[in-house]
Amino acid sequence: MHFKTLSLGIAIGLLASTASFAAVDTKRLPPKEEKFSFEGPFGTYDRGSLQRGYQVYKEVCAACHSAGHLAFHNLTEKGGPEFTEAQAKALATAAKVPAEPNDKGETTDDKGVPLLRSATLADHLPSPFPNEAAARANNSGALPPDLSMIVKAREGGPQYVYSILTGFHGKTPTGFKVTEGKYFNPYFEGWNISMPPPLAANSVTYSDGTKATVEQEAHDVVTFLSWASEPKMEERKQLGFGVLIFLVALAGILFAAYRRVWKDAH
Amino acid sequence: MSGPSTYTPKSGIEKWIDARLPLPRLMHDTMQTFPTPRNLNIWYTFGGILTFCLAVQIVTGVVLAMHYVANAGLAFDSVEAIMRDVNYGWLIRYVHANGASMFFIAVYIHMFRGLYYGSYKAPRELIWIIGVLIYLLMMAAAFFGYVLVWGQMSFWGATVITNLFSAIPVVGTHIATWLWGDFAVGDATLNRFFSLHYLVPFIIAAVVGLHIWALHVPGNNNPLGIDVKTPQDTVPFHPYYTVKDAFYLVLFVIVFAVFVFYAPNFFGNPDNYQQANPLVTPPDIVPEWYLLPFYAMLRSIPNKLAGVIVMGGAIVTLVFIPWLDTSRVRSCRFRPTMKWLFWFFAISCVILGYCGSQPVDKAFAGIPLVWIARLTTLYYFGFFWVLMPIIGLIETPKKLPASIAQSVLGDSAATPAE
Amino acid sequence: MAATKSDAGTRRDFLYVASGAVGAVGVAAVAWPLIDQMNPSAAALAAGVTEVDLATIQPGQQVIVKWRGHPLFVRRRTPAEIAASKAVDVASLPDALANNDNLPSSAPATDANRVIKPEWLILIGVCTHLGCTPTVSTPQMPEGDYGGWLCHCHGSMYDTAGRIRKGPAPRNLEVPIYSFLSDTRIKVG
Repeated sequence: MHFKTLSLGIAIGLLASTASFAAVDTKRLPPKEEKFSFEGPFGTYDRGSLQRGYQVYKEVCAACHSAGHLAFHNLTEKGGPEFTEAQAKALATAAKVPAEPNDKGETTDDKGVPLLRSATLADHLPSPFPNEAAARANNSGALPPDLSMIVKAREGGPQYVYSILTGFHGKTPTGFKVTEGKYFNPYFEGWNISMPPPLAANSVTYSDGTKATVEQEAHDVVTFLSWASEPKMEERKQLGFGVLIFLVALAGILFAAYRRVWKDAH
Repeated sequence: MSGPSTYTPKSGIEKWIDARLPLPRLMHDTMQTFPTPRNLNIWYTFGGILTFCLAVQIVTGVVLAMHYVANAGLAFDSVEAIMRDVNYGWLIRYVHANGASMFFIAVYIHMFRGLYYGSYKAPRELIWIIGVLIYLLMMAAAFFGYVLVWGQMSFWGATVITNLFSAIPVVGTHIATWLWGDFAVGDATLNRFFSLHYLVPFIIAAVVGLHIWALHVPGNNNPLGIDVKTPQDTVPFHPYYTVKDAFYLVLFVIVFAVFVFYAPNFFGNPDNYQQANPLVTPPDIVPEWYLLPFYAMLRSIPNKLAGVIVMGGAIVTLVFIPWLDTSRVRSCRFRPTMKWLFWFFAISCVILGYCGSQPVDKAFAGIPLVWIARLTTLYYFGFFWVLMPIIGLIETPKKLPASIAQSVLGDSAATPAE
Repeated sequence: MAATKSDAGTRRDFLYVASGAVGAVGVAAVAWPLIDQMNPSAAALAAGVTEVDLATIQPGQQVIVKWRGHPLFVRRRTPAEIAASKAVDVASLPDALANNDNLPSSAPATDANRVIKPEWLILIGVCTHLGCTPTVSTPQMPEGDYGGWLCHCHGSMYDTAGRIRKGPAPRNLEVPIYSFLSDTRIKVG
């Protein structure tokens, strides 16, 4: 399946470090301490941030990165961005996915261009490239990793992804030379990253009037990607609260029973 | 399971069944009237907790197998589908994944408890040895299960562990190939690991049956390590220990639930949320935490074969403990020297685990971790093979109480408690 | 009377032993298919051995063949490349072992121990650091400082015998088991 490409991409990500190890210690910096609404035992995803984050993903990240574990119907589900069904349908219809063979059994038109169709709610988010080789060919050999689990698949989680997105543009330290075709990012192991700075001020225009700074865009898209990694988090925390209350009550009753039974034995 | 039965069928039906299949009698004698030392402490509740863990793993595992696909191309996606699409799939999978860690936490407490109170000593040697067998089977089951996720750590962990067999001279590489069913870990390996992962827990359940059977012949050891002498020393298992075990079980489940619902990936490794890729090795291959001490031993030995032998020897050593301990006294409560050595041993196991979790070339306070691992490995083996036999002979134990009842109830023990 | 009894005993013992032995043969015969099924299947075996035709490869050229899921480098070395490799002092290498599956693991990393025929260098194209595929160096497109390979991931440089010379990789590129079927054809695996 197309997710196969995921791990290789991560590898390239990890490996895109440098030959300049001799001069500077290019160990990645600890991630920035960005706060997110979904942290802590009662934290939930910020709905507005999720919807804006989806917009950033769709308009910026999706040019190179797939998020293949996500389906359009997920966008309407409780605990997620909670788009209305009509909104999600519109988003799906606008997206094109490879079509099934037509009645002649063809999957390409006369010129060999693959046939496409509009996505439905049941479809997964389309991948920007048909396969790993195509993805590499379009990104000077590097493979953009699938983003549907990126937050869970990285040490440091949301803070790490946020730091990568906002960690460009720093002054290159003396003694460190950026490898040709790479970009300087001290939050990335090896400091050389294949990804060009993806976000700029006003990369997107938010319909809710939020000011689209790099930090805001990064915060929103990390919120969205955190949900993509862990879509059942809100359900999990809610259920956990009930389970713990039940267990504590049960423990209390059992403790009373235990004391009662053993009273005779001493 | 042994000894004279006190069961008297109460109804005609019970009598009828008892004459044909004495199952009610068995349950009555082992779970109800079974005389149990009255002084068992919290550390003795982990036997019941472990039975619970096994049941949880089997139930959640059977359910997960209804959705999991054992195919190298599909396995990773099928796990993610369980997490996202299957109703309560995330819950069942997180319970199963964290359940493995909780199972090992419980088994390590159970083992250290046995070690501290001398529960392996005559006449309970076989209980201990069967327990070591269960521990081995648990490690096998956990290893197979971890591979099934087919993440990067699954794949490379499987590669590293199966490659250990290639250290065996002459036939080693053939054994590795035989285990893989290919020339590297691949689809064939994943399929057979799934088959074995489904099988091993049921073998564990059977061996646990033997473990409990063997326990019910001499009965429980206890924190004093002295034998049960009079009926005053014991209480019937039910209700005394059923209620006590149940209470501590619920406390254990609370901890379990906190992990499942609020830190479900605490024991996990981020790399395992990336699909297995045979062409890319992760920077640091780390096994699951419960195998780290053995992994540290393996890595601290520069020679591959010697490392494998030391690692295997560390587990095989456990089998010989009943005969390595020469002391007349069971419980460390009455063994002033052994008590200290025991705690050093426990700490050295933790240090070994830490060494195993760190990159090979790391140092602590200027000392390379590999040397710390070597020293602690030396203590591990020295503790069992040198200190245990010698200390048992030269140590002067403290005075043992006359009986369990006297120790618990004071001198009024002569009068029945109930 | 006593003789008959002992006779019968002997015959009975023999029958017991014989049935046991024949039964054991039967068990072994049944066990073998159950054990052997775990060995690589016919499909895996077919995929595990690759034959490479060398006739079309020019001096200085490298072709990459996929083998057992890994890239396999087949490089026809020029005399200059062979000479450069031979001039290296083995003791100065970061990894002084040949890492050649055709030789004992203690074989030193001399140029002769890295090849069967000096002209042909056959390597598993997996960087021994983190598993990237290194890029080949040619006089037109030099990669790294040693004329062999450069791994772009972390800058490991290999020489014209595939030995690690600089960078984080710990070991020389692995030489797989292979043999020459003819002057222009090798069998790998």
